[in-house]
This record gives sequence, structure tokens and C-alpha cells, in this order.
Amino acid sequence: MKQSLFENRHQGEWEQLSRQLDQLERSRNVPQSSGFPQAYRRLCQHLALAQARGYSSLLVDTLQQLALRGHQQLYRDSSRPSAGLSAFILAGFPRQVREQWRFVLASALMFLGSLLGIGLLVYFFPELVYSLLDADEISQLRGMYDPAAGHLGRSIERAASEDWAMFGYYIMHNIGIAFQTFASGMMFGLGSAFFLFFNGLTIGAVAGHLTQIGFGSTFWSFVIGHGAFELTAIVLAGAAGLHLGWALIAPGRLTRGEALRLAARTSVSMIAGVMLFLLIAAFIEAYWSSSIVSPATKYTVGASLWLLVLSYLTFAGRGRHAPE
Amino acid sequence: MLETPALQRNAPLPPPLDTRYQVETPEGIDLPLRPAGLVPRALAFAIDLGIRGLVLGLLFFILAFFGELGIGLGSILLFMVSWWYMVLFEVLRQGCSPGKQLMGLRVVQDDGRPIGWSASLIRNLLRFVDMLPFGYAFGAISCLQHPAFKRLGDLAAGTLVVYREQPVKRPALPSAPPLRTPFALSLNEQRAVLGFAERQAELSQARVDELAAILAAPLNVQPPRSVAQLNGIARGLLGPT
Repeated sequence: MKQSLFENRHQGEWEQLSRQLDQLERSRNVPQSSGFPQAYRRLCQHLALAQARGYSSLLVDTLQQLALRGHQQLYRDSSRPSAGLSAFILAGFPRQVREQWRFVLASALMFLGSLLGIGLLVYFFPELVYSLLDADEISQLRGMYDPAAGHLGRSIERAASEDWAMFGYYIMHNIGIAFQTFASGMMFGLGSAFFLFFNGLTIGAVAGHLTQIGFGSTFWSFVIGHGAFELTAIVLAGAAGLHLGWALIAPGRLTRGEALRLAARTSVSMIAGVMLFLLIAAFIEAYWSSSIVSPATKYTVGASLWLLVLSYLTFAGRGRHAPE
Repeated sequence: MLETPALQRNAPLPPPLDTRYQVETPEGIDLPLRPAGLVPRALAFAIDLGIRGLVLGLLFFILAFFGELGIGLGSILLFMVSWWYMVLFEVLRQGCSPGKQLMGLRVVQDDGRPIGWSASLIRNLLRFVDMLPFGYAFGAISCLQHPAFKRLGDLAAGTLVVYREQPVKRPALPSAPPLRTPFALSLNEQRAVLGFAERQAELSQARVDELAAILAAPLNVQPPRSVAQLNGIARGLLGPT
């Protein structure tokens, strides 16, 4: 068949397909119009014919562009993140954390190990804190947690707007740290390990120092509540980062690139859970941890939050009929 | 002497001497994507950075009037803009952030599909590593040594930054009486003759003559007549319009 005859015969179909594609590209939620997959497959056939018959390059290019647009619309990812959210929270996330228990354990050892170790060291050798933190930072911390200075160094009547300011700050700061801890895992896990150790050392030094100088009650009652979510989230972000790094170090039977892609795909859903945890943590930190309640209440609530988080990660989604 | 063995008619074309990246679809056709190199991508990023800076500056200026509430909102905005700007644009706008839109680029997955939430999140979170140790050094090195110009985030997410296709303009062939070829043409030759006729308007007359003169001997015509001869053959290949 000569090219011009071929073109004349099918021009109408191509134009119609192009109009359909315009419509599909404009909105994400158009139900796939009935004729689209058939029209697309016919176009693919036309393209193959045009190539095999040596029709002019410009015709082939035009058809190729149309086919590319069709390919992108036919195989586009139409899943919405909100659709699987409840299943992810109820079962998917804790399951994944358990599945990755090796990385979670390694990350927890790095973070909590350095936290506890340096905390005890600072507690028993108080002068050590000056080699870990600035003198300025230390005096600022002392001012904030001084039991004599009233409520965390601020006025008792803390305005709601200040809670809100801190909420925003915590979100930006903490989720930023979690993202960095995850992403730097791509450097063979070294970056994640660095951030885990570094954060563990800082938090441990602060905790050890404040306990040692007798500000323990203000400090611990402040951090215990949101710590349940925040520290767990940092550990999980580190675990996701270590997973990335491990895929590069020991890819198994896959190529390194393939192993990295697979690891990234699973660990990014872990990061989604981490974000959720940190949002909750920021909320608790801004509105509960800083509220004026007796330390005893805070300890009780904090302990039950820890219990909640740990039992959620251990037991949720184990049932056979858990939502998929 | 040109040889046109019949066996070669359906032989695959030799790989093109450019950076095109072929995607084979489930329908069994190859779709070419054209990955974009370091410079257009860096420019697109610079444009995005500028837009983000402007938007943040403007918003901070407004939020400064709201005191503490403004600080909280500002922090959340800063977080959203620094970590989510790219993700939201890429997923919701067919792979184009405003900078990429201006530079004529888009992000797609390795198999040519539009980018989804998880892939976009991965490639933009790992941007942090690409920026290390300073000024996108790792990203630039990775981009320059990869055949499809991928930075580290693209490697992990399985994504590709490509040029968006511009619509092809199809010029009319120069008019000439249709001719039959004196000998059978292979697919490549057939396409070359058609291409010569289609692109004639873009070339200077001297270049057209020079190109056509190469084929004067095999076509058995005098060099000045070879342009008309080739156009006639192209007409003949195209068929009656």
C-alpha cells in the first residue's frame, strides 16, 4: 500500500485518538472512554506497519509521538495515595517494620546505643558534656528546663498561637531530619549511620547533663510523651536508609541498580509511615508535652504512648483477615 | 554501486548515533525517548529554585504580619516548599515542574509511563544525596557518566528526565511527476529518498543540488536533473494524493 493511501485511510482515526488523548491528559480522573484502548492498539499496529513498509520518517515520527502519548495514558498510575491509606496504617506499615526487623534492630542499636551510652557517660563524668555541646547551648538548655524558672522558661499562660508556631517548627525540623537520615543511606548506609550516631550523641548528652544537674523531672516529663513517636520514627527512618545502603553493599543476585530500585520502592513506604509518626509527635510535642499538667500524669500518659507505639508495631496487622 | 539484497528488507535499523532511549511497550513497538542532559536540567532546577525563592519571600512578607501564627505557618510552608514542591508538581502535572515546563522537559519512569507518588518521592528525597558534598557534585557526576543522564535519585527511583515531544510539522512534498525507481530500494534508502524530499524546503538550493548529485550516477541522469528525478521517485513512493 502506498503511503498516501494509508494516510488517507487512517487519518480520521488518528485525529480522533489525538482528541481523546487531549481530554485524558487534561484531567486525572476521567473514566477511560470506552474506545481508547482499542484505538491505541490499532495505532500501534499502524506504527509497526509504517515502519515495516518504509514510510517517510516524518509520518513515523508523528505516529510514534501519538503512540507515546497513548502509552502514557493507558499505563498511567491511577492509584490515589488516599485509597490505600487505612490499610497501610492498620496493617501495611507495622508489617513492613517487622519484615525489615534486621535493619530496624541495627538502626535502634546505633541510635539508642549511642544515646544511652553517652547519656550515662555524661551523667557520671559531668565535664564531658562540654566536649559535646557548646557552652551557649548548655546555658540555653539549663534556662529552658530549670524547674525554678516556671514552665519551660516561658510564661505559664502560653498563647495558643505559640503552640502553633512550635508545631510548625517541629514538623519542619523533625521531618527534615528524618528525610536526611533516610536519603543519606544511599552512601552505602554511612550517612544514615552518621545521622543516627550524631542525633543519639546529642540527645544523650542533653539528657545525661540535665538529669545530672537535677533538672530531670522537667526534662523527662516533657520528652516522654512525644518521644514515643519521635525516637521510633528516627529509628525507622534510619532503618529505611540502612536498607538502601545494604542494597548497594550486598545486592545478592541482582545488579546493584536493580537492588537499589527495589530497596527504594519498599523503604519509601516506610518513610510514609515515619512522616505520619512525626506529624503525631509534633502535635503531641506542641500541645501536650508543653501543657501544664503534673509530671505524674505526663509520665503515665507517656508510658502508655510508648506501650501503644511498641504494641502497634509488634502486633498490628498480624491477623489473617487484617485489611489488605 | 548500491546493493539491495532482498533479505535485508526487514532487517532492523542500525542503532542511531544519538542518546535516544528505546522503550519497548507491551504492544511490541519501540518508543524513543530523548533523555535530557545536565545543562537543561540544571537550568530547569535554577528556574524552580528562583520560583520557590520568590514565592517564599512573598509569603514570609505577608506572614510577618501574623506574629506567632505566621511563624508556625511559615515553617510548614518552608517544609512544604523545600520537600514537596517537586513531588506535587511532578505527580499532578504530568511530570513537569514549572522549570521543566519552561525548559521543555518532563520526568517519566524508565518504561515511559508517567511518574507516580512513590517514584517521585524517592527521586526528590534522594536529591539530598545528589547535593552532597557541595553544589550538586554527586548528582552532576552521576548525570555526566550515565548513558541516560540519571542522577542518583533517578537511579534509585527508576526515572528519567526526557524532552517533551514537540509536534512534527509535515511539509508538502515538492511537486514533480511521479516516477518509478529504476531499481528496488531497501527500506533505509526508501526512507532516505522520502526524507530528502520532505526536508528540501529547510535546505539551501546549493546543498540540495550537492546531495542529489551524489545519486546522479546510480540514477543514470545528469547531475542537474537528479533533484527532479529524486523528487519524482519520492512522489512515486508516496503514491497519488
